[in-house]
Amino acid sequence: MSTKRKLNEPSIQAVGLTKRYGSFTALDSLNLNIEGSKCVGFLGPNGAGKTTTLKLFTDLIRATSGEALVNGVNVHTRKKKALESVGTLIETPEIYPSLTPREALSMVAETRGVPAVERKTRIEEAVSEVRMDEWVDKRVGKFSKGMKQRINIAAALLSDPRIFLLDEPSTGLDPRGMSEVRDIVKSLKGKQRLIFMSSHLLSEVTDICDEVAMIDHGKLLVYDTLSNVTSRFSGGENVVEVGFLRPIDGGVNGRIAAGVPGVTSAERVDDRNLRIRFSGGASTQERLLSYLVGMNLGVISYKPASSALEDVYLSLIKDTK
Amino acid sequence: MSSTQVESASRVPSSLTQVRVTMKYTFLDYFRSRRFFILLAIVLLISAALTIVIGYYRPPGLLSSDLSFYSSWWGISAVLLTALFGIFFGGDAISGEFQNRTGYFSLSHPVRRSSVYIGKWLAAFLASSIILVVFTAVTLGNGVYYFGSSLPYQFGEAVLFTWFYLVAVLGSTFFFSSLFKTSSYAILVTAVLFLFAFNLIQLLVANFAQIEPWFILTYGSQIIGNVLMAQYPAHITTANGFGERTFTSYNATIPEGLAIIAAYFIVTAILGLVLFERKEFT
Repeated sequence: MSTKRKLNEPSIQAVGLTKRYGSFTALDSLNLNIEGSKCVGFLGPNGAGKTTTLKLFTDLIRATSGEALVNGVNVHTRKKKALESVGTLIETPEIYPSLTPREALSMVAETRGVPAVERKTRIEEAVSEVRMDEWVDKRVGKFSKGMKQRINIAAALLSDPRIFLLDEPSTGLDPRGMSEVRDIVKSLKGKQRLIFMSSHLLSEVTDICDEVAMIDHGKLLVYDTLSNVTSRFSGGENVVEVGFLRPIDGGVNGRIAAGVPGVTSAERVDDRNLRIRFSGGASTQERLLSYLVGMNLGVISYKPASSALEDVYLSLIKDTK
Repeated sequence: MSSTQVESASRVPSSLTQVRVTMKYTFLDYFRSRRFFILLAIVLLISAALTIVIGYYRPPGLLSSDLSFYSSWWGISAVLLTALFGIFFGGDAISGEFQNRTGYFSLSHPVRRSSVYIGKWLAAFLASSIILVVFTAVTLGNGVYYFGSSLPYQFGEAVLFTWFYLVAVLGSTFFFSSLFKTSSYAILVTAVLFLFAFNLIQLLVANFAQIEPWFILTYGSQIIGNVLMAQYPAHITTANGFGERTFTSYNATIPEGLAIIAAYFIVTAILGLVLFERKEFT
């Protein structure tokens, strides 16, 4: 990861960030420097220090030592400046129950200085993005947890910030809602935003994140690109899942394993999906992709396997116990 | 902004504007809440009871003069009602941000905690004031009915003192609310203090220790009732009690009462703000 901040790139930085509660160390000298437009998945078991980190980055708690910086500005000493371009979703916030989503979002918009002429449009866009249009004038007190979470996501989107700090944004949502959140995060990536997102869902992180940071017992275990993490901790091998438009026959996996140097195994997941392990990095990847396309089976998806990240996760977390 | 810092899409407004925003939406929340209507119902109930009882029985002592009327009506009820405003609007104002998790919504933005604290305090003051205005209007309606539109200036003073007392009560209840993360504790402590403990301590200190209870807020609030008396009571009075025992009672003078109320507001406001600034969302 880069160590020098690039001009005008969004960034968040933890410098020796430590949080202790009595004798319990929730976060232990975290050093993390994330910059640029990307999505970083923040993984770790319950109590690992993920939410603590995000709370420190929003000044909801104070660091015992160290600094949390956003765009180079200390969050604790200059909160207003530091968070002016940050959209946050920490835990599952509750909204004043007597307010409607429109009013709650107006409160956020006014607090964040969204210009009055843009407020109405921005609120309607944000509410529409989280599919809550028909509830915008109903009181929040009667909403389910998932509906409130959608409004919280809308609140994070409202001021069009360049950085998003999201703490398990899919929490409380039904499968459709989770999928919609993934789509929202993907669209944010397309708008050149920095997204730092904690999650328990490895498949979600694999699907939408470019980089991954893993933490356990308050210590950072690894921070790197998804492919580097999976290859580094799986004996230099990468694992990808390939989806096909047409059904594949039983011999395809054998042909790939034999036909592409560097491929160590190709395993049929079902009649339209393969899980392929390979070593040799980008050059093997290039050959593999060319070979797959050349087979004329209609490659429709190619992504790092979530099981590969799961293997790394389980191995790293087990090692720290 | 340095060249390396990222331009934001929106310009974060001043803290004063953010105070106004917090006040506006917290007030809206209060105004639509059950507690607002319960308090309004209590005030209307007390007003109706007083109106009916006085209208039906026409107690000669109470209706002997306008001052006597306002003293009995306002002097007795206003302090109690103000305590209720503090309990209802201040008790969980800050602790609720932690317990109900609304703080995660309101404080994870570029806003100072002090702006949220002051905004919420102003919202509580505004909501309380609306109900107090209703009580004042009913009091005046009855007063005008019995004594005509010529109001004793002492009633104006008593109303002003009540509003000033409300400032201190809300300051104190916000402080107690900042002490706790659990709303029920904050409400309970506030209720016990304002409805029982302060009065009890005041009584014990004055009568048994024979010390002027200048450090008790409710002692300062005596000026609300006292100012409506035909003759303002003496600062210190002594009376013989059982056997050899002498009882001393104290009455706060107006400057002393105002000073106690002001001191309570200033001290509790500062302490409450400091506590809220330091409290963590764990």
